[in-house]
Amino acid sequence: MAVSISRRKISEAINGYLFVSPWLIIFTIFSIVSLLYAVYLSFTSYNLLKPPQWWGLDGYRRVFDDDLFLTKALPNTFKYVIIVVPLQTILSLVLAFAMDQKLRFRRLFRTVFYLPSVTSSVVISLIFIWIFAPQGIFNQITRLSINWLDDPRTAFYVIMGMNIFTTSGTLMLIFLAGLQDISPSIYEAAQIDGANAVQTFFYITIPMLRPVIFFVVTVGVIGCFQVFDQIFVMTAGGPLDSTTTITYLIYKWAFRDTTIKMGQASALAVVLTLIILAVTVLQRRMIEGSGSMAER
Amino acid sequence: MTVSSLSRSGVNQSAILLDRIRKGIFYAILIFWTVLSVAPLYFTLVFSLKPIADAYTPPIWWPTPFTLANYETILKTFDLFPRWVINSVNISIIVTLFRVLFCAMAGYAFARIEFPLKKLLFNLLLISMMMPGVVTLIPSFLIIGPGLIRGGISLGSLTIPTGFNLIDTPWGVILPGVADAFGVFMMTQFYKSFPKELEEAAMMDGSGRWGTFFRIVLPISQTQLLTLALLTFQGAWNNFMWPLLVLRSPENFTLPIGLQWFRGEYYTLYSVVLAGSLFNTLPILIIFFVFQRYFIRSIASTGSKEG
Repeated sequence: MAVSISRRKISEAINGYLFVSPWLIIFTIFSIVSLLYAVYLSFTSYNLLKPPQWWGLDGYRRVFDDDLFLTKALPNTFKYVIIVVPLQTILSLVLAFAMDQKLRFRRLFRTVFYLPSVTSSVVISLIFIWIFAPQGIFNQITRLSINWLDDPRTAFYVIMGMNIFTTSGTLMLIFLAGLQDISPSIYEAAQIDGANAVQTFFYITIPMLRPVIFFVVTVGVIGCFQVFDQIFVMTAGGPLDSTTTITYLIYKWAFRDTTIKMGQASALAVVLTLIILAVTVLQRRMIEGSGSMAER
Repeated sequence: MTVSSLSRSGVNQSAILLDRIRKGIFYAILIFWTVLSVAPLYFTLVFSLKPIADAYTPPIWWPTPFTLANYETILKTFDLFPRWVINSVNISIIVTLFRVLFCAMAGYAFARIEFPLKKLLFNLLLISMMMPGVVTLIPSFLIIGPGLIRGGISLGSLTIPTGFNLIDTPWGVILPGVADAFGVFMMTQFYKSFPKELEEAAMMDGSGRWGTFFRIVLPISQTQLLTLALLTFQGAWNNFMWPLLVLRSPENFTLPIGLQWFRGEYYTLYSVVLAGSLFNTLPILIIFFVFQRYFIRSIASTGSKEG
């Protein structure tokens, strides 16, 4: 009896590993080994031609001595996150709230709003380059003559605006699901207590949505810190490095510069990961600290 | 009595008026955003149907003069375009099939089978979901490429490669894409919430874990698998950064990489770029319309269940 049970246990364990192994092998290589590998590379000098040379913290020192990082990539990235995350969150919340009213054509609106989100980042970037060209449609409609993407004062804002535009559809759907999860009886209770629409929104809807807001902001922060595709396609970091972000700089150091700096780029990637981690934790504290409703 | 009922009807009237204003504002917001959402794709369509020389010429609302020349260029003259479409289709389908199968298998094991180190592995999975993708970019590139040492390490007559040597091949794009933490997490949650009875009956009948999985579990989880498949396909189809690093020769490009490359090589042919953009957008749009409720479910579920 005992023998057969332990034999069954062993065969279950073998089955378990057989079931997870296809995923586990690839996951181990490209997530776990990759992460350790990145940390190792960040302590080396590596240009693809010779095997990596250990140089301790030199890579990190070079990152923090680099002008392009200190004066462009770092402030640009924070500026991008600080502007894009709140705007895309508020915008998608407003859209979801409007959508949650008992209005007609809701399904049509929902479908249409999601369109910019299904379009690939490259395609939407190519379209925006053309719309915001000097003789492009935007200037034609507004009768302006600004060279949007070649002007360091405007290029980054066009990219920000585009990304707020494209992500709002997805985030709106997440908020909409959250809004529909709020039980109608809570609203009824508020109505009986005489709360008006504005009060209901700020004292019922927002607190009830806090977990969803936390999720949307977290996803937004992690995504915005890593913005790359749109910058690569639309401006390649220019004009005058005004759109160079940390992820673009990592790419530039590791793959584009004439002298490849994989070690230094890895050091920057580790720094970026730590920044994202710190901001996520901080923001979690802020959202949870601001009210007692969040129970997660 | 009468006074209060009178004032109440007054309140009602102003409440109705207020409600109308409120609804009006909401409609205005929704219609404004509808116009904005449709505009870029609409303009793209219009100008893809205008001559190349008219890429910046009004009218902007209607394709006059009308021509299909840009589409002819894509389909006939410039034969790399069809290749890119085929490459994109192949890569996206293979990634989707493998990822969905692997995620379902792993998710099932995490939900139902007891094996050593299960908890640890699942926690690693959860941690990796919080990890930004950029940090593994360079190592993944090196692993897919020649690795740390070109030509590998030689041990006598034996050479051990330090990487997969898959640069500039479709498999280099596919391989890291077939394992995904979120997919496994999603399937695990699904199987955990699923009643065990059906499987147990099948196990009693003598079909082992594998028979049960392929004959009972997979068919039951169709909806969930389709949701994951759509999410994966969309991601693979639109993926840019990873194929950009892996693929080198134009005939191996996927459509997004090809479009970006084409724009750089033939800057003056922007109408062709626009027509090509629609080739990238249209398939995913059709899939989206057909499977809309699965898309919406999958996105809605990302927010409410975890985070």
